[in-house]
Amino acid sequence: MNIGDILILGPEILLIIYALITILFASFFKDERSNLFIFNCTILIFIFSALIIYLTPLEGESNIQSIFIRDSFSKFFQVLILLSVSCLLFMSKKYLENNDLFKFEYPILILFSTLGMMIMISSKNFLLLYLGLEIQSLSLYVISSFRRENLKSTEAGLKYFILGSLSSGLMLFGISLIYGSTGSINFEIISSLITAKGFYPGIIAGLVFLISGFAFKASAVPFHMWTPDVYEGSPTPVTAFFATVPKIAAVAVLLRVLFDCFGPLLESWQQVIILISVLSMLLGSIAAIGQSNIKRLMAYSSIGHIGFVLIGIASGNEKGLSAVLIYMVLYVIMNIGVFVFILNMERNGVAVTSINSLNMYNEVSKGQTLFLTILLFSLAGIPPLAGFFGKFLIFNAAINAGLSWLAIIGGISSVIAAFYYLRIVYLMYFGMVSEPLNGKMPTSHWLILSGSAILMLIGIINLYGLEGPSFIVAKSLLN
Amino acid sequence: MDYLLSLVIFFPSFGAIILGIFLRAENFESNKNAKLLSLVTTLATFIFSIFVIYNFNSDDSGFQLVEEHEWLIGLTYKVGIDGISLPLVILTTVTMPIVIISSWKIENKVKEYMICFLLLETLILGVFCSLDIVLFYLFFESGLIPMFLIIGIWGGNNKVYAAFKFFLYTLLGSILMLFAIIYMWTVSGTTDVPSLMTFNFNSSSFSLFGYNVKGGIQSLLWVAFFASFAVKLPMWPFHTWLPDAHVQAPTGGSVVLAAILLKMGGYGFLRFSLPMFPDASILFQNFIFVISIIGIIYTSLVAMMQTDIKKLIAYSSVAHMGFVTLGIFSMNQQGIDGAIFQMISHGIISAALFLLVGVVYDRMHTREIKFYGGLVSRMPNYALFFVFFTMANVGLPGTSGFVGEFLALLGTFQVNKLASIIACLGIVLSACYALWLSRTIIFGTITNSRLLEITDLDGREKLFFFPLIVLTLVLGVLPFLILEISSNSVGLLVSNFVENIE
Repeated sequence: MNIGDILILGPEILLIIYALITILFASFFKDERSNLFIFNCTILIFIFSALIIYLTPLEGESNIQSIFIRDSFSKFFQVLILLSVSCLLFMSKKYLENNDLFKFEYPILILFSTLGMMIMISSKNFLLLYLGLEIQSLSLYVISSFRRENLKSTEAGLKYFILGSLSSGLMLFGISLIYGSTGSINFEIISSLITAKGFYPGIIAGLVFLISGFAFKASAVPFHMWTPDVYEGSPTPVTAFFATVPKIAAVAVLLRVLFDCFGPLLESWQQVIILISVLSMLLGSIAAIGQSNIKRLMAYSSIGHIGFVLIGIASGNEKGLSAVLIYMVLYVIMNIGVFVFILNMERNGVAVTSINSLNMYNEVSKGQTLFLTILLFSLAGIPPLAGFFGKFLIFNAAINAGLSWLAIIGGISSVIAAFYYLRIVYLMYFGMVSEPLNGKMPTSHWLILSGSAILMLIGIINLYGLEGPSFIVAKSLLN
Repeated sequence: MDYLLSLVIFFPSFGAIILGIFLRAENFESNKNAKLLSLVTTLATFIFSIFVIYNFNSDDSGFQLVEEHEWLIGLTYKVGIDGISLPLVILTTVTMPIVIISSWKIENKVKEYMICFLLLETLILGVFCSLDIVLFYLFFESGLIPMFLIIGIWGGNNKVYAAFKFFLYTLLGSILMLFAIIYMWTVSGTTDVPSLMTFNFNSSSFSLFGYNVKGGIQSLLWVAFFASFAVKLPMWPFHTWLPDAHVQAPTGGSVVLAAILLKMGGYGFLRFSLPMFPDASILFQNFIFVISIIGIIYTSLVAMMQTDIKKLIAYSSVAHMGFVTLGIFSMNQQGIDGAIFQMISHGIISAALFLLVGVVYDRMHTREIKFYGGLVSRMPNYALFFVFFTMANVGLPGTSGFVGEFLALLGTFQVNKLASIIACLGIVLSACYALWLSRTIIFGTITNSRLLEITDLDGREKLFFFPLIVLTLVLGVLPFLILEISSNSVGLLVSNFVENIE
């Protein structure tokens, strides 16, 4: 182990040291101002480490690369996670202050879970992966019940904790099965063993348990049960966080494990992925129709979107992988936009989440309505908005991989899904007149909302130049 | 002049952006400015499209004024026109200023209304001009968003139902087309429309779930495209969204819907189904004939039973579109020429009819046929226009309605005599409902006391009927104005078609 190996871990080490210092700092200074200071510093440190990761060149050899690797794949996802976390943290400030939740624990917990995700994505070894996953999950359990005195929030936390530990247990069981039958926890060794000796008894069983665990984290059907309740019960900034960042991490890890470790077993896991993909898309689109709470609706919407991402994973080719990367980026931008709006849904200072309260929102604020409409149409995948290209690329990959029927199911469920996105548009523009919302949106939030909507509009021109990099990343993962 | 077509396509949305960003106030003056700006934009677009005609060489049967740029993931931004698309482009640019003038009385959310229509114009022109199949899809599908908002925001009482039905119906239809497009891209490796036209998609039969698919992959692709275009056109039995959408839409929306949006379906058949899947088109020819004829007869009968003027005209639109599909799938020069001509002529006439309904609706706020009667004594000018366009709708010789139907039937007759003979019945039936309608609401004596106050057309209203009357008459007497533009391209289409059949 030399100094170069430590430098590879630089951003993670930086985050850990920062977190420890902040905890110390916070236990000495307990006033409002230091909370704000910690909050802002955390946002900056996220952006700073994103920059570091983006700017470090891909290194050659390192002694720890059998455990931890910073390749273009992990760089892509880590930068995406860090940037979206900093944006989400920034957005949540107003809500936390209004609801008396503005405590220094919040940014620190977010930071720990982000750290866990970064480790997860970079790990090349099941043990490290599991550790990262647990760091992430434990912090998430806590922040989902961050509003302690609220019954729903505690319920959400408890539910998430019990189901989450179950899934962690499943995953651990899967890992031990794999370890038992191959004698290794290293991705590359397992992969080469599979290539050399072919089928291992126990590996398939282990793989199924692993996928179930990841499906839980990504909230894919049939492991989605926690999603609507946790989304509804958690404070809205936490919901926004749940809807985006852990999803990115789960998809990234799923890709890492399936392609890096079980690449040779493509045909075996493909069936499982296809099954959960179909179920997620259909359930996500059908169950959302009846929802009256916008947070629950977004929960089902995210289940549906994960189903689409899984199509891309199931196609198992370069096109599919790059489509997944682009889809995730678009998904994150759209969700940030929608959630910044939800964060500001309030009537007389009280947060409101019922969809019906959006009735004739156009009369309240034309700009916000327009931007939200753009985002919703984009979520529904209607051209010319960028969300369409996400779906288009995924379908393209599926048809290229000979999975046309899967693409057709995806198409049908996206038509069904269009219904509930349209319902919100309809309420905002031509619903009944009712007691309107009257929350004031801060300029910074307005900028995020309009920015994400405008990004959806201009995505049609060149998809922000993501196409080339995403192919490079996909290639690096497939090799 | 390299970017002429792009200029025509994107100029309206340029106007929309200016409206959206710079028009802030909400009072009578700013509403007026919004209307004026949109009028100027659409008129300018019309003038640009005149330049397109000027630069168009009708002896050349291929694509002209082609622009091509790199775009995403191997797609291209490629636009161009030929004799099939040019008449539809002109129809669009002519209709839009009329729509804007006809919406002069709108006072509710004027800015948004105008933005929707201007964006819609860009999207429609994009559909007719794009030569990249994914680009085509993009424009084709995007049109749903402004139309959804137009029906939803400015529509009638039952607008929510109509808007949703319109949106979801057409979305479902076109998503199948999207899969077909991706499949074609995968197989042929290109999204370029002219190259796809020369690509031979496999048409050998294969077995799917033990069922023998005649015409193979081509048939499946054809069906996927059919799903989209048949809903859009609309053909019986996929037409049920249309009467709802029409009845609920504001007048301007109805005009755009009937005059232009429906034509996208017919255009799609001509641009994609026939040249790209010739074998499947032959296979499905009789199927199309059967549902076109059912469509013509059935919707004409339904039209007779209507109590709402707009619904009656909507059903008559479906019937007239039946002649278009008959003409297209006769697959010969006369038939296709007739279909194109019928699309243009129906665009003009149905626009006028919906505007006429709008005129009385603005005054009386009802479209009940029973409500009206004896309008001729109070509104002589209106009565004149109404009877004129009703006659044109029936297809009276001398008006443009006659030429299209005649050519389409002539083409069909060469292929399938029975089909064209039955379809002729449709003309008789259309005379039945059209004459009944004008007798009921125009002639007779006024029985409803509220009608005693009704006023005749004012200057603005005459202004937008005038070009429509001129066009109907001129095209009826000098049909070669359009046929000259289209016939070479149609000739190429037919000869390629004959060559490509296995």
